Formats: sequence, structure tokens, C-alpha cells
Amino acid sequence: MTQDENKEGIGGMINPRRYGIERVAYLLMRLSGLGLLAYFVAHIYETSNILRGQVGWDDFLALTQTTEGHIGMSIVIAMCVFHTVNGVRVMLGHGGVGVGKPARPDYPYDPASQNYRHKIGIYSAILLAAIAMMYGLAVMFGE
Amino acid sequence: MAQVSHIAEEQASSPLSSSKSVTLKISRYNPEHDDVGKFMEFTVPYEKWTTVLEAILEVKKHFDHSVAVRYSCRQATCGSCGMMINGKPRLACFTKISELNSNVITVEPMNNFPVIRDLAVKFERLFDTHQKIKPYLIRDDTELETDEREFLQSPEEVEQYIQFANCIKCGLCNSACPTMATDSSFVGPQALAQAYRYVADSRDKGKDSRLKIIDESHGIWRCHFAGSCSQVCPKGVDPAMGIQFLRGYLLGFRS
Amino acid sequence: MRESTIMKIHYGTALAAVALVAVHILMRLTMNYTESLEYENVLANYKLIPYAVMLELILILLSVHGFNGLRVILLELKQGRLYEKAVSYGCLVAMFGLIAYGSRTIIMTNMGMV
Repeated sequence: MTQDENKEGIGGMINPRRYGIERVAYLLMRLSGLGLLAYFVAHIYETSNILRGQVGWDDFLALTQTTEGHIGMSIVIAMCVFHTVNGVRVMLGHGGVGVGKPARPDYPYDPASQNYRHKIGIYSAILLAAIAMMYGLAVMFGE
Repeated sequence: MAQVSHIAEEQASSPLSSSKSVTLKISRYNPEHDDVGKFMEFTVPYEKWTTVLEAILEVKKHFDHSVAVRYSCRQATCGSCGMMINGKPRLACFTKISELNSNVITVEPMNNFPVIRDLAVKFERLFDTHQKIKPYLIRDDTELETDEREFLQSPEEVEQYIQFANCIKCGLCNSACPTMATDSSFVGPQALAQAYRYVADSRDKGKDSRLKIIDESHGIWRCHFAGSCSQVCPKGVDPAMGIQFLRGYLLGFRS
Repeated sequence: MRESTIMKIHYGTALAAVALVAVHILMRLTMNYTESLEYENVLANYKLIPYAVMLELILILLSVHGFNGLRVILLELKQGRLYEKAVSYGCLVAMFGLIAYGSRTIIMTNMGMV
């Protein structure tokens, strides 16, 4: 980003402060999306070990069924749940659902689109992700 | 002569006395001379009602007259005084120092706008993107050719778009937008909100042509509903609402 | 392809993938978690035609959704005719590559070529 354009650059894209929970959700959506894509590619590679037979499969399980592997998996579960729930909220928002109705603006000019419905959606996504993560940890470490 | 000496006396007067003062950090940068910007600090007295613009003008009057700042109406109508105030795009005339709850007020030029000098920025990109979406009524007929009346609108029809017509082109939304932070080709929330303003206007027949303009890889689809534009809009335009309604047309939620 | 068409595909693949991935995950919970990951049980899953078809669909849906998302992020980071073409075609190639690699696993395992 050249000084000439005075663009904030990637620091501006990833800075979630200053603008409320919706901006935080935007950042988490990007991070979870990239994280899930990386996991997906790794998962496709990992599961291809089935072609190496019992020995190849067990070798790879030994790598992933570890404490670190389980913790990583729980993070993936959290990312997946957040990305899904927030994704549904964003999709509905993109269609104009739940963004309020146009009206003559009046002081203090609070934006109707940044309403409690979408905020509840975001907090629900975070809460459900945390619950799913804890459930995942309970299943993986509980055995 | 008496009038000139009176003005000279006024300019030579000492700063307002007040028990409260704040440190105003102003970004100083002249692209023609400087490689990097720097901050200059000024201690400015203020009252409960003092705005950031008044503080900046106080600096210009008594400390450093060379501070470059754009302003005009002083009442959040013209959109000239947009700048970063403590890290967030705001109108300087509409932001009271007392509301910021800080001993240090940092003012910088708006992000995502090229800097002319200090706090003044170039608006060419905003004007270009605004023009791109055809910000005028598109119709086959015109009022001038016939003896018919003006185009009538019911109050309900006006309510559909009047909110978005409040835009004062201050550029705060473009400054806050996370996509504008990295995407030089993005149309921007201001232009998209104005596109909706005209699409929602019952007098307009140019919906299809505008939708075609924004349906591109750096058009409406690079908006991700982060909502920062609406958070900073000083006139309640709520660009995020307009953009999602506009997208609803493309996705089939609206017809 | 128009951007609106690409984004409709992006949303559609997301919704479809949610349902199918939910089934895929729930299969791990039909028995003890560790047991469900054992070689014989996984092999049995692959040999079931409906399950194999579901895996193939998940592969395609998530590859399309994921690499289109990556394409969007990369396009926003930098602009330029050459760069944008490289990103778009690069993501397309990566998408097809991943689908091909994953499909190979599914088809070969399903046909008993392990």
C-alpha cells in the first residue's frame, strides 16, 4: 500500500477494535475460513493414507490422535461452528433480512442495521463455538 | 483602518482561559517535502462544548497557523471536516472533546484517502466511484417535454430512500471500511449506498443498469457486512443497510 | 462468469456443505470416537456407496466454497490485471487439484484398491 493512497493496509483489515462486535465477527470469519481451508487440505491429505493400508492408516493416526492433535481438532471444531452460524447470519444479512427498515434519520443517528438481532447472532455463534469446542474436548479426552 | 486594527487585535489576543486543557496531537505531513509524517503536540484549553474542530482552529489561531484542515459549515452539514480522531473517522465539528474521555486527542487525515497536507485529503476517488453508479434519476421521459405535473411520490415512497439521500459525502464510511483498507478498486460503501438511494427511488427506472455496474469482482460483492461504515456515519445514512438491500436484488430476495 | 453467479454458488455450496458435514461428523458419534477412526470402520464407511457419494459431494462443495473464499481474500489484498488473473486461475487449479486428489482416495478405497 503506497503512502500516496494512504491505505490502512492489512493492519486496517485485521484491526477489530474501534467498530464494535460486527467488525470482530468479520475478522473471525476470515480467520476461521482460512483456518478451515488449511485444515481441509490437510484432512484430504491425511485421509488419503487409507490407501497405504492398515499400517499407513495407523501411522497417521499415531500422529493425529495425540494431545496436540486433539487440541488442534477442538480449535477446528470451534472454527467450524462459528463460521457456520455466523455464515448463516451474514447470508441472511446479505439478503436484507434483519437489517431494519429505512426511516427518516434522527439524532443520535444510531444505525438500524447494527441492531440487536445481528449482535445476538454473533454472540450466539461465539457461544455455540465455545460449547462445541468443550463438547469436542470432552469426547476426545474423555475416552 | 479601524476595522483592520480591530481584526489584528483579535488575532493577537491570548488563548481562551479555561481550567481544563487537553493535548492535541496533530499529524503533520506534506508529501511534497516530507518522507514520513510526524505529530506535533499542542495544549489547548476546552470547555464542555468545545469541538475538535474548534480546538484545531484554536491551534491555528494561537500556535501554528500552517496546520492544513478542511472545514466549512461547522454543523455537520457540508462533510468537509472528516478526519481520524483517536483512531476513528469522525467529523471534527460534530465531535466534542469532552465526549472522547481522553487527555490526548490524536487527529490524523482520514485513512484510505491520499493526503494533500496535514489533515486535508483528496476526494477524487470518492467522486469517481460516486459518479460511476450514475447518481441521478434515469428515466425515458422527462418533465420538460410535456405539460404534465412533477413526478408524484407518496410519503411512503419517500420514506424508502430519504435516509440514504442524507449522505453528505464526508467519506467517513470509506475510511472505516475494512475492504477499502486494502482494495484500491472497491467501489466503496458511499457509492453503493447512493446506488441504493436511486434504485429505491420510485421515480427512477435505472435499477438494472446500476445493478449491472456494481455486479463485478470489486463491486458490491466485496462488501462483507462488517458494518463499520454505518458505525461512523454522522448523518444516520446507514450505508450497510442500503448495501444489503441492494444485494437482495441481486440474490433474488427482492425484486 | 459474473460475480453474482459465483457468489450464489458460494452461498449454495455453504448451505449444502453444512448439512452433509453434519452427517459426516455425526457418523463419528455412532460408536466410540476412537473406535470410529479405526482402519476397518473407516474402510467400511468408504465401501458404502451412499456414504462415498456423500464424501465426494462434501469434497466438491467445500473445495469450491473454500477456494472461492481464498480467491476473494487475495483479490482484496492486492489489485492488478495480471495478479487478479493469476489468483483466479490459481485458485481454480488448486480447487480441481484437491478434488482430483480426494476423489482418487474415495474411488480407489470404494473399489477395494487399498
